[in-house]
Amino acid sequence: MSEEFKIEIVNPEKSFLSKEDVTEVIVPAFEGEMGILKDHISIISFLKPGIITIHAKSGEEKFYVEDGIVEFKNNNLSVLTSSIFNLKEIEKGKLQDLLKAAEEETNKPEINDQSKYLVDQKIEVLKSLN
Amino acid sequence: MASLDDLKKRITSVKSTQKITKAMKMVAAAKLKRAQESAEKGRPYSKKMNNIILNLSSGISDKESAPKLLSGTGKEKIYLCVVMTSDRGLCGGFNANIIKKAKSYFAKLDSEGKELKIITVGSKGKDQLKRVYGHKIIESISFKNSKNANYFDAEKVCKVIIEKFEKEEFDVCTIFYNQFKNVITQIPQAQQIIPLNTENNDENKSEDSYEFEPDEEEILSNLLPKNISTQIFKAMLENSASEQGARMSAMDNATRNAGEMVDKLTIQYNRSRQAAITKELIEIISGAESL
Repeated sequence: MSEEFKIEIVNPEKSFLSKEDVTEVIVPAFEGEMGILKDHISIISFLKPGIITIHAKSGEEKFYVEDGIVEFKNNNLSVLTSSIFNLKEIEKGKLQDLLKAAEEETNKPEINDQSKYLVDQKIEVLKSLN
Repeated sequence: MASLDDLKKRITSVKSTQKITKAMKMVAAAKLKRAQESAEKGRPYSKKMNNIILNLSSGISDKESAPKLLSGTGKEKIYLCVVMTSDRGLCGGFNANIIKKAKSYFAKLDSEGKELKIITVGSKGKDQLKRVYGHKIIESISFKNSKNANYFDAEKVCKVIIEKFEKEEFDVCTIFYNQFKNVITQIPQAQQIIPLNTENNDENKSEDSYEFEPDEEEILSNLLPKNISTQIFKAMLENSASEQGARMSAMDNATRNAGEMVDKLTIQYNRSRQAAITKELIEIISGAESL
């Protein structure tokens, strides 16, 4: 029996990535990191800023996301996100820029608790990448 | 009858107009291809988003506690219409079609005694609506500076709408845009986005129950605003593809008309030239005869 399932990552502009030979995906879900294997129960969840790791037959890939939704159903994993970057392709400068923007945001006085939590998460992840 | 010089001048001016319309047609054709591509690429996202929302909302047990963006405010008094048009003219009936659709909707609302509020996106719509509905326009947004439709702009529009919704400034929100069918056909659309229309989509409903993390309501209340910006973004993409398509066919027509005009004027020019020559000959001959 094969242990593979399909993943599709879409952003508003285009279909970002589509793969059929995925064995495991680790997503930064809202309430903690979540590993998804084949025949996982149908689930919908949010993403917080973090790293999506895709283990596939053709190799391992890592992506940085800032937000999004994951849906898993019938061995199809869909990730909808508005900001995603392939860690291999992203430049150092871009990461610095994102970090800077996030740090500015967290220091704003009118920020509410939830978005502060998310921004702090973002900073942590970005720092670990730099 | 116009003199030869006048005719010559007119022919040159029509020819240069033709050159301009031809160039505009080519530019529109190139842009159309890009716009069409991005409209097609954007479809999976909005479709997926829609599916997830449908699955979620069919799973919600208690309609009463559902977020207001989904179920509405319970009243249907104030209608907000978001009219999305282009920022540039010279695109045939593109803007006029949207405005026509919107105006007939406004008239219907008026006859039902509902209150109307308008947000215009794109400056052409504002220009056309402000004459009759000027006092109803509460906000005008224009993206003259951004080259292509992008998600960031859509989010800006969405923010404005949601802010107004939270202040209870309206109950129902509808967006107007042109759906791109092909280069010569664009269909003006009215789409209700608040409260979300969940009925006519039975095919996508699944019987599976989902596990949610965090719970359904929190997901929904986070997802719905996103869905609105997605829908607006979709409308923007469709609109920009339609705009280029409409401009292309309008400019094609203009080029053809200019060509016909040049032909007609050239014939007229040649005839009067011939007439002048004949007249001169007659004068010479009759002059010679009288000697």
